[in-house]
Amino acid sequence: MFKKLAIGAAFALALTPAASIAAGGGEQHIEDFAFSFEGPFGTWDQHQLQRGLQIYTEVCAACHGLQYVPLRDLTALGYSEEEVIAYAAENFEVFDPELDDFRPAIPTDHFPANTGVGAPDLSLMAKARAGFHGPYGLGINQLVKGMGGAEYIASLLDGYTGEEKEEAGSVLYENKAFPGGWISMAPPLSDEQVDFADGHSNSVEHMSEDVSAFLMWAAEPKMMERKNAGFVGVIFLTVLSVLLYLVNKRLWAPHKGKLRKED
Amino acid sequence: MSGIPHDHYEPKSNGEKWLNSRLPIVGLLYDTLMIPTPKNLNWWWIWGIVLAFCLALQIVTGIVLVMHYTPHVDLAFASIEHIMRNVNGGYMLRYIHMNGASLFFVAVYIHIFRGLFYGSYKAPREITWIIGMLIYLMMMGTAFMGYVLPWGQMSFWGATVITGLFGAIPFVGEAIQTWLLGGPAVDNATLNRFFSLHYLLPFVIAALVIVHIWAFHTTGNNNPTGVEVRRGSKAEAEKDTLPFWPYFVIKDLFALAVILVVFWAIVGYMPNYLGHPDNYIEANPLVTPAHIVPEWYFLPFYAILRAFTGEVWVVQFASFITGGIVDAKFFGVIAMFGAILAMALAPWLDTSSVRSGKYRPMFKWWFYLLIIDFFALMWLGAMPAEEPYATFSLIASAYWFAYFFVILPILGVIEKPLAQPETIEEDFNAHYGKADADATPAE
Repeated sequence: MFKKLAIGAAFALALTPAASIAAGGGEQHIEDFAFSFEGPFGTWDQHQLQRGLQIYTEVCAACHGLQYVPLRDLTALGYSEEEVIAYAAENFEVFDPELDDFRPAIPTDHFPANTGVGAPDLSLMAKARAGFHGPYGLGINQLVKGMGGAEYIASLLDGYTGEEKEEAGSVLYENKAFPGGWISMAPPLSDEQVDFADGHSNSVEHMSEDVSAFLMWAAEPKMMERKNAGFVGVIFLTVLSVLLYLVNKRLWAPHKGKLRKED
Repeated sequence: MSGIPHDHYEPKSNGEKWLNSRLPIVGLLYDTLMIPTPKNLNWWWIWGIVLAFCLALQIVTGIVLVMHYTPHVDLAFASIEHIMRNVNGGYMLRYIHMNGASLFFVAVYIHIFRGLFYGSYKAPREITWIIGMLIYLMMMGTAFMGYVLPWGQMSFWGATVITGLFGAIPFVGEAIQTWLLGGPAVDNATLNRFFSLHYLLPFVIAALVIVHIWAFHTTGNNNPTGVEVRRGSKAEAEKDTLPFWPYFVIKDLFALAVILVVFWAIVGYMPNYLGHPDNYIEANPLVTPAHIVPEWYFLPFYAILRAFTGEVWVVQFASFITGGIVDAKFFGVIAMFGAILAMALAPWLDTSSVRSGKYRPMFKWWFYLLIIDFFALMWLGAMPAEEPYATFSLIASAYWFAYFFVILPILGVIEKPLAQPETIEEDFNAHYGKADADATPAE
């Protein structure tokens, strides 16, 4: 993990100039975290997703919904069905039109929507933001580093400077990752706020990464299946291409004499 | 079918004769598939097959997606998430459909520019060219309406901006816009009609594709030399051509497989690269995104649309002589559609008697500049409407029109073309040497 972080930090340092030039807001700073799910062969770190879920449940869920994510999908995080049933019942209540009342959530429900304080739903947040842009609208950074939605979230959560200001009756907090630099969400995470069963570090930086990984999973739960389909398809089509190349060459050979030297 | 002389289907068995005397469908398919094709076609001629494949791919994936999609402003966005999360293989279906549109446009642009370079639009292939342009227009309409269906922020605001273009038409614009939207603003009525038309238009395109193929099967394919196939006799034609099946089918399938490797890698590993993150935010009429950007394949024409602002003298002049009826907004709309119309008029604007750009020493450079111009416009379409991009856009747009309306007509008069090969056979042999007589099968 530390090696990964070190590589990530080095990578981020190397690419920082490009990232900061490219960012739409000018001074926006997005850190290029090395998430385990990146790249063609990257996979989820289930422990990280579980920690992320815990952070979401204990912190984010107070204001943010996750309305498109079915609770039953949590088995993908390595939980048993019993654990998911228990988790759903313990943490969420949903309104049941048949009972005309609230009841504890069951796995077939979705995470509840939460619109109480006007906080955006997080189901697709990791796909609805781009961490990397440009440069100059060319999209090269995104090609190299990915869209960077998870990086954006992690950078945002870890990007508070501590400055705040009041504007039109509401408090704004300075944030290095937020476009424009001032965000209305108070710093949601503080060191040692959440205790992990596995004793993993609960610094703001680490928690930011964990919850971002979880939100990436929430936005794209089929990422591994998709990458797997991509891999199988690419191999299959490459073999098909080679075979068709050989057929084509053989087919045309009688009609093509020897290639002239200058060709 | 008229055209290049070749063997036709002869029904042999009684069953075949019975069918052929009632419905000569086998003969039709035979003639279509066995059409004599210039044997010197290069790799730029493979995109037709890619396009046919794309149309089929989009229709097939689209039909399945429709089974799970709900065209309603309150449910559309959620139904896409349903497809992505709950439908078996739904995430692949949707990502293929999404990126399939991009592959479709990559192919159509290369196909169009191939035609522009090798003079495929020139007599006698003007009808093929015009039908092709109609297909391209329909593709743009279909893609635009398809992009509205997920009902994300870019869907909604893209629809608002683009339908707003019709509102720029003097006098009747507003009425037309309301009629298109089914109300005063983009809403459920808009979503429903776009859904209906998005399902309809691909089949119209399919019909046009058949006419497109019919037209060039009548005139014969163009080829890299632009020299026509000899048609004096079947023997003569056979020196210049090979049947489409199997020679070109296999060649095209090979190319298609290679292209699909790249396509599949994009679908599997970076399916959202060509999309816009804002479209993962549900449409909200009260919040306007910071930058409303169309999909990449519309960017060149979007740049032309935006290039003609009120400060440009041409626009001011147009406004002056029409007594203000043509304002900057309407001028931009005319320019955008004019840019596409310019392409459609190419057969009559190009005065050169030589078809292929290979033998046109001056044309070549202007054409390469047009390619650069196209990419420049694509880039400028994505940039904010401010300096220096506004000036660049104006220059790039001006070149686009100059190429078609000034350069093409003049070049044909002043240019001294290079010598062209006498026959396709000569060109083919120059590349590959004469076929070894012993290796040629007896048939």
